[in-house]
Formats: sequence, structure tokens, C-alpha cells
Amino acid sequence: MTPLATSLGQPNLTSILFFFTFVGGTLAITYWAARKTKTASEFLTAGGNVTAVQNGFALAGDYMSAASFLGIAGLVATSGFDGLIYSVGWLVGWPVVTFLIAEPLRNLGKFTFADVLTARLKQKPVRIAAAGSTLTVISFYLIAQMVGAGNLVRMMFGIPYEAAVAAVGVVMLLYVLFGGMIATTWVQIVKAVLLLSGATLLALMALSKFGFNPLALFSAAAERYGAEVLAPGKLVSSPIEAVSLGLALMFGTAGLPHILMRFYTVPNAQTARKSVVYATGLIGFFYLVTFILGFGASVLVGRDAIKAVDAGGNMAAPLLAEVVGGTPFLGFISAVAFATILAVVAGLTLSGAAALSHDLWTHVVRKGEVGEHEQLKVARIASAALGVVAILLGLVFKGQNVAFMVGLAFAIAASSNFPVLILSMLWKGFTTKGAVASVVTGAVVSVVLIVLSPTVWVDIFKNAAPLVPLKNPGIVALPLSVLMGVVVSLLTSEPEARAKYAEVQRRMELGNRA
Amino acid sequence: MTPAALKDAVTQATAQQASAASPVHQVALMRWRMAIVLSLLMLVTYFAFVLGIAFDKQALGTLITEGLSLGIVLGAGVILTAFGLTAFYAWWANRVYDPALERVVKGGQS
Repeated sequence: MTPLATSLGQPNLTSILFFFTFVGGTLAITYWAARKTKTASEFLTAGGNVTAVQNGFALAGDYMSAASFLGIAGLVATSGFDGLIYSVGWLVGWPVVTFLIAEPLRNLGKFTFADVLTARLKQKPVRIAAAGSTLTVISFYLIAQMVGAGNLVRMMFGIPYEAAVAAVGVVMLLYVLFGGMIATTWVQIVKAVLLLSGATLLALMALSKFGFNPLALFSAAAERYGAEVLAPGKLVSSPIEAVSLGLALMFGTAGLPHILMRFYTVPNAQTARKSVVYATGLIGFFYLVTFILGFGASVLVGRDAIKAVDAGGNMAAPLLAEVVGGTPFLGFISAVAFATILAVVAGLTLSGAAALSHDLWTHVVRKGEVGEHEQLKVARIASAALGVVAILLGLVFKGQNVAFMVGLAFAIAASSNFPVLILSMLWKGFTTKGAVASVVTGAVVSVVLIVLSPTVWVDIFKNAAPLVPLKNPGIVALPLSVLMGVVVSLLTSEPEARAKYAEVQRRMELGNRA
Repeated sequence: MTPAALKDAVTQATAQQASAASPVHQVALMRWRMAIVLSLLMLVTYFAFVLGIAFDKQALGTLITEGLSLGIVLGAGVILTAFGLTAFYAWWANRVYDPALERVVKGGQS
């Protein structure tokens, strides 16, 4: 089969036009937001004035990364059904966030999830541990995003990797530095609307070739590549591996710092609850659409043509856009993918800045005695530093296989952040030492296990056999973290934390009204 | 101890005791119970799907009708269940939990 004649990788007028319209529009929003950003609370949480619908879109915007849009469509296009396993996995964390986390988090905290823990426990050790795990999760997430950004932008617009990484870093930093959370929230909303409408339009255009009947599309794929495209392939191998990945996905979302932070941007727990319902609906819809896109690409573009452009299949959705809508539509989808990366990176940077400025500077270094002006200044300096770090990480990891890092970020979030949140909310006997032990265990065990796993030990370090057969550390790290939290708490006693429990319980339900 | 101080101490102790099982806590307990039950439902639904794939790939590859395998139906079903449970929780919290909490707060006996 001859390679598809594609204009992918050559800057075309529409992609440049869409790209500059997006960047211009979002920078105008940033200019407007900058004038409203005068306090640390406006900078980090948009002053708590975001509505439920706005936050629902912004949560979806924070979560739907280019990796899930292009990656899942690519996986479905090249291997069929297996992509659906990821779609389902990425979604099931959201109900958990809704039921267990959103409302108490909103009622107990101000800027970071460490606020929830320190409502009862000692400031210094808990803040250091929580900030450490936040920054670890964010670093791995950032590496994956920045390397992905460099590759994607190079592939779609034909500009060099380094220039692409620098461009993402600089534009993102303009949003965060000047417009803070107000600008970042609006960038997320614009991006979510563009991504959802772009993907829906693309799916409808693909389905129009099959009489708008998804089953006709699936049949066409089965006819061309065999009935196995509709059946599970080799993605899920052993039951233990399946449960391990499942645990990380299911409880990881509830421990992602940039997602948790969004609940502080709404005025109260009811709004937080409504916003996460909107987000779940939008994200679920998006993943169903992505599944259609993958099948559409495999039939209308063809697997060989997709793999010829990118062996990983990541260009399936943009190529489908070109086939059904020509170069202008390719330009639009490429610009949307770029906007997607920018928005996710901005959200990550802001949540890292909150951990650095609020947890470490305000509460550890300055022991809570910080003026408004200083808080804002430190948060801005932290954002700038993280922006530079993000660009450097992107450059350092150029050419490395970093796909596993998002999985690692989820595993750490699930086993390091989620257990302490739940234990501190529900267990009166939880102590400071127990919390620190739980956080540290979750993070360290996750990182060590993944280094020794087939993903890193064999694929990256080129050793013959892995020291640990598990690909995902979830099934070991999560229970160990809970166990350490419980055992250490039982061995230590903290009457102050116990005494504060009743009050914290009240605040968990009533928030500011308590 | 003066009678006034004694009275204060008694009032405080009573208030503390009352707060341990106060109406706010009962409402809180109701919410946590619902939250945990729904979380377990989600967990069971999702793990049933993933373990189904791990244990019996062939069964999930069975065609229900042309172009549609059991696996696709179940996968889409898990996505719809996730949204359904979330929507149910929000409906329940708006209809039952919020008013119950409101009654307790307004009742002034919290």
C-alpha cells in the first residue's frame, strides 16, 4: 500500500491561522484575567468564583490530554477493542472523586490537599510529605506532556522539537504567570469546548460515510482486519496485572494534584459536586467519541498509512480529519491538539506552584505568618521556576520513551495521596506520623517497583529480565501505603489530632458555615 | 471552683458529648455510607469488566450482532454506569442530603 499523500508536518495556512487565533484569544483572556488577579487566592483558585458548569468544563479540560485523545484513537485504530479498555479505565476514577473526595476537600481546604490533612495533623511534617508527593506526581506528568508536546508539534507543524518544547513552555507560562487560575480556568474551558466539538464533528463526518451507524463502521473494520478487532487483544494479560492497573486508574484520579486543586475554585461543596458530575459526563462522552474516531481512522485512513506516518499510531485522528475534511480540518484538529497540551501543562504548573508556595513557603518556611503580597509574589516565582523546569525536562528527556510516566504518576497519586486523604477524613485515630509514613511508602514503593519492572528495567535499561514482573505497581503500593498509615498510627498516639476530629467532621459537612 | 465556672464546665462537657453524636454527624454518616456503597458498586462493575477480559477474552469477543461484540457493549456499559452512578449520587445529595443538612443547621441544635 502506498503511503497516504498527507500535508501533515507541513505548516498549512489553516493550522497556522487556527493556532494563532487560539493563542491570541487565550492571551487576550490572560490580559483580562491579569487585571483581576490581585491576591494569592485569585492567583491560585480564581477567588473561588468559578461556576459549576465552568468548573465541569475546566476539569474535563485538565484531564483530557493530547495523550488520551491521540493515543486512544491511535490504539483503537491499530489494535481495535483494546483502546476501549483504556477509555473505560481513565473514566472510572471520576465517580470515586465525586463520591469520596470533592465535597469534603472543598469544605476543609483552601489551596492544596495538604490543607485537608493539616486540619487535624501537624503542619510541618505533613506539608513537606504532601508537597513532595505532589511535586513528584507533577514532574512525571510534566515530562510525559512536554516530550509528547515536542514530538506532536514537530510532527504536525514541522517545527524542531526544541522550538516546540520552548513554545509550549513560554505560552503556558504567560497564562499562568499573569492570569493565574482565572486565565488557566478559561484556557481549560476554551480547550475543552474546542476538543469536544472538534472530536464530535470529526466522528460525525466519519460516521456519515457509514449512514451514521457505528455498527456499520465496526463491521467494515472487522471485514478488513478480521473479527479480532472487536475482541480483547493482548493489552490485558494476567488478572493481577489487570487489577493493578485498575487500582491505579480508579484511585489515581482522586489523588492528582491538578484535579484536586480545581475544587477550590468553586464557592462551595454543592458546586463542587455539580461540577464533577458535568466533568464525568463530558469525559465519558469524549472517550466514547474517541473510540469511534479510532475505528473510523482504521477503515478510512488504513492501518498501514497510519503506521507509516507514526509507528505508535498517534496521528490516526489528525489523518482521519484530513481524509474526511481536507487540509483545513487537519489544520483545525492539529491546532486543537496543541491547545490541549498547553492547557494541561498550565494546570499542572499551577498546582505545583500551589504546593511550593502554600505548603512549603507559607506553612513550612514562614510557619503561616505571611502577608498577602508575599504569598502572591512567591506563588508567581514558583510558577516561573516550574515553567523553566518543565522546558528543561522536555529537553532532557528528548527521544526517551516516556509513555509509562503518566501511568507512574497515576500509581503514585493512587498510593501516596489518595490513602492519606481518606484515612484523615474517616479515621479519628490517624496520626501525623501515620500520614507521613503512608505518603512516603506510597511514593517510594511505586517508583522503586516501576524502575525494577519490565517497563523500565527491560525496555529502557535493556536488561534481560525484570526484577519485578509487575508492569504497574498499584496492587502492591496502594495496600502497603494504607497498611503503613494504619500501623504507624496505631503505634503512635496524637491526642491533639483525636480531639480535633469532631470539629473537622463538622467542617467537612458544613464548610465555612461550621 | 466557683458555681459559675462549674456551670461553664458542665455546659462545655455536655456540648462536647452532644457533638459526638450530633445531628450533623448523623447526616454526615448518611452521606459517607452512600458514598462508600456507590464507590464499591463502581469498583465491582469496573473490575468485573477488566477481569472478564483477563480471564475470558473469547467470551468478550463473541458477536452479539454484526459489528458488535459483547466486549464493546460491556465497555460502553461501564462508561454509562460510571456516569449513571455519578448522576444518581448528585440527585440523591441534592434531594436528600442537602435538605437534611439544612434542617439540622436551621434547627440550631447542631
